[in-house]
Amino acid sequence: MNQPFIHLAGVKKVYRTRGADFIAVSEATFDVEAGELVSLVGPSGCGKTTLLKILAGLHSHEAGNVQIGSPSQPFDPSRDVGMVFQQPLLLKWRRVIDNVLLPAEILGLPMERSRARARDLLTLVGLKGAEDKFPYELSGGMQQRAAIARALIHDPKLILMDEPFGALDALTREKMNLELLRIWREAKKTIVFVTHGISEAVFLGTRVVVLTAGPARMADNFRVDLPHPRTLDIKTGEKFGEYSRRIYRLLGME
Amino acid sequence: MGGNREMLQRYALAVVSHLLLVVAWYLFVELGHVPKFVLPSPAATIQALLVPNYRWVENGLVTGAEIFGGYILAVIFGIGTALLFSWSRTLEMFVMPLLVSLNMIPKVALGPLIIVWFRYGIGPNMMMAFAICFFPIVLTTARGLREVEPDLIDLVRSVKGSRWQIFTKIQLPNALPYIFSGMKVAAILAVAGAIVGEFLGSDRGLGYLMLQVQVTLDTAAMFMAVILITLIGMVLYGIVLGLERLLVVRDARIQ
Repeated sequence: MNQPFIHLAGVKKVYRTRGADFIAVSEATFDVEAGELVSLVGPSGCGKTTLLKILAGLHSHEAGNVQIGSPSQPFDPSRDVGMVFQQPLLLKWRRVIDNVLLPAEILGLPMERSRARARDLLTLVGLKGAEDKFPYELSGGMQQRAAIARALIHDPKLILMDEPFGALDALTREKMNLELLRIWREAKKTIVFVTHGISEAVFLGTRVVVLTAGPARMADNFRVDLPHPRTLDIKTGEKFGEYSRRIYRLLGME
Repeated sequence: MGGNREMLQRYALAVVSHLLLVVAWYLFVELGHVPKFVLPSPAATIQALLVPNYRWVENGLVTGAEIFGGYILAVIFGIGTALLFSWSRTLEMFVMPLLVSLNMIPKVALGPLIIVWFRYGIGPNMMMAFAICFFPIVLTTARGLREVEPDLIDLVRSVKGSRWQIFTKIQLPNALPYIFSGMKVAAILAVAGAIVGEFLGSDRGLGYLMLQVQVTLDTAAMFMAVILITLIGMVLYGIVLGLERLLVVRDARIQ
């Protein structure tokens, strides 16, 4: 049997506050194959960010099992995670290339090689020529591209993205979705992508995991059987609509 | 190119406004027949520099030493204290309220006590400048060290960055604009602190000289002293501003 890259079984996370316990995640059970792009979709308070932080090793969990890595894809938690957040969180005082290099510096990777890799990555994300600019000279979308390059610099196997395009305007967001799919195909990474955008979740995901709030639990987990490379055309297709409706229904919006 | 021209224009306008003030001062004295002991003319003020008895250089150096000395001490100890706070939350909760209370003391009121404890001189006046500058620097630095995006810390922790790496790569550079905003406020306060110290008790310095020439009604010399004190303050402020330009990216500066 082929072991999946990520295996979650019955994962539960409870925040203890003074009044009552707050269930942030429960019944999270799903597998992710190496090289997949999985969308975690759900409303605020459904625990999608908490789940992402559990995967990143930043949060503990109360019950259940989290396993990342397989014999064919060994996973080193200290250097196989790259993160992208809603805000680009670039360091204002560093040039773009030095921002991209931050994780490499922290991990103590050889700087000469990392610098060359940072240039390649900036080309990959469409920021060739912006290496020596400061963040304030870039638009929001360009800053987020730099943040994606930063998440890739130490060549991690797993990229965790927490609503990375949530702060961008609608048009830039569409464009970044296409860009992300291209980067994903070229960089060949496993990506877990948190969003509250239903159409974004379907458009990007090879698989969609639906989480509901109040109480937080996992409601669905299905493969998205749409061809790659995807273009904006698929959004008008029959299948895309079906997948979207399936999520709307689970979230009680239909 | 357009930016350069605009900058040139701004400097030119600033210089003109300063010159106009001097001209207005001159005209007011000349046309108004104001007596010299009330308001000396610009020329009379400059002539006061020629009185050897006033020992301008020596007095200026003394006041400068008090201002710069007290200021530099406040920067070192102010930033140091804030760093300690950022490392120990308990220490901050223990000491910070005390600092806030102590800061409520009007520093000028401490003058007579400082004289009783330490006598006259450069040292005690430096302490006065220090006492006034210290707190704003602690406050802004502590705030800057606290204002770090939690997600950014998560990012560093996701690649198992240490507490020290978070501090050197993120917290400290992130606090720099805040530190400079405190240092700019403190630079102005330092001058006031040193002069008040000299007024309360001293045997040298520009503040001391002002009290001496007040007795003989040499208003021109008093004017000159005020101008020199202001110039020392401007030099200090200019140095801080220059350091900020050098160390803080334009976008991050706090105006």
